[in-house]
Amino acid sequence: MPTDLHTAWLDLRGSPLFGAPLTLLAYLAACRIQAAFRGAALANPVLIGIAVVIAVLQLTGTSYATYFGGARLINLLLGPATIALAVPLVANLEHVRRNLAAVCVATVAGSVVSVVTGIALVRLFGGSAAIAASMAPKAATTPIAMGVAQVSGGIPALTASFAILGGIVVACLAPVVLRWTRVTDWRAYGLAAGTAGSGIAAAQVAPRNPTAAAFAGLAIGLNGLITAVMAPIIIHTWPF
Amino acid sequence: MLRHVSNIIMALATLAACQVAGVLGGRALGLPIPGAVLGMALLTVALLLRRRPPAPQAALTRTAGVLLRWMGLLFVPAGVGVMANAGPILAELLPIVVAIVGSSLAGLIVTGVVMQRMIGQRHTPPVPLEAQGMLHAD
Repeated sequence: MPTDLHTAWLDLRGSPLFGAPLTLLAYLAACRIQAAFRGAALANPVLIGIAVVIAVLQLTGTSYATYFGGARLINLLLGPATIALAVPLVANLEHVRRNLAAVCVATVAGSVVSVVTGIALVRLFGGSAAIAASMAPKAATTPIAMGVAQVSGGIPALTASFAILGGIVVACLAPVVLRWTRVTDWRAYGLAAGTAGSGIAAAQVAPRNPTAAAFAGLAIGLNGLITAVMAPIIIHTWPF
Repeated sequence: MLRHVSNIIMALATLAACQVAGVLGGRALGLPIPGAVLGMALLTVALLLRRRPPAPQAALTRTAGVLLRWMGLLFVPAGVGVMANAGPILAELLPIVVAIVGSSLAGLIVTGVVMQRMIGQRHTPPVPLEAQGMLHAD
């Protein structure tokens, strides 16, 4: 390749002209694949989209930092999208008000179970204390989870990855698992998805049912608060 | 058409303004809550008070519907970051995989079952988003 062309390519890779369209195309392809599997939750477009982008980056020898320089544009919309959860929340406020006690009890229970089982499973299967502390807050929304890892001897970058992978697990398996456990109510479905899988699980349920979206949004906020308060205490008092 | 576009821009600006207010407010009060989560609470309150919303309600509802429908896309750039952490993840792969899958499902089941039990076995039928004005068919 002529040098100036090569230089142009190196510049382009870090610009939004590379990262943003690559992300969009990968995600659109992933949606097509999911449609081909008749919308199966297991063919999660976030998971497939991430895999496609990683494959392209590996093939072109592009680093994550270079890619993210351009893809930041898309990442930036995460804030407004989270705030947009207020719209279904307000539309369903009567549902929330009528079930406030249940919402609080179920979210606290799910929150504590997520943190405790996260630490316990890492330690039981021979993982280090740093991995356990990084795992503990992973069900919370990413900025809160990273903050908890920071103050608890965890590794914030790893926590961000665990949060996203956990969200994908919930998005893929929630329909099957909740059917097995007879959770048939959309309010319970949304609350469970938001508590265990945060934004990615909310993204899976939001287009399917606005009531579930409302409870998922509420759960993200509540679980974030509960985890921020209680996870550092559990990590610090953990016996093994 | 122009009115339509400007309504969408106003709706996006409203969402962005909530985030700015959330970030600044959280920082000012020293709260350990991300700006977007505080912003969601602020917009909820603003919509409830509904004193002359800055963006027309219908445009805000539709813009929110589009953002939520494509929310998965917005997680891809951060998710690709798993690639940058491949080293430490592969070093302790077994405990990490078991804990991510096991504890995510444990949290999901406990929250769902407790909620379902407490609200009784009533079933809310799935209502398509189109019917609630969240999305427009395209």
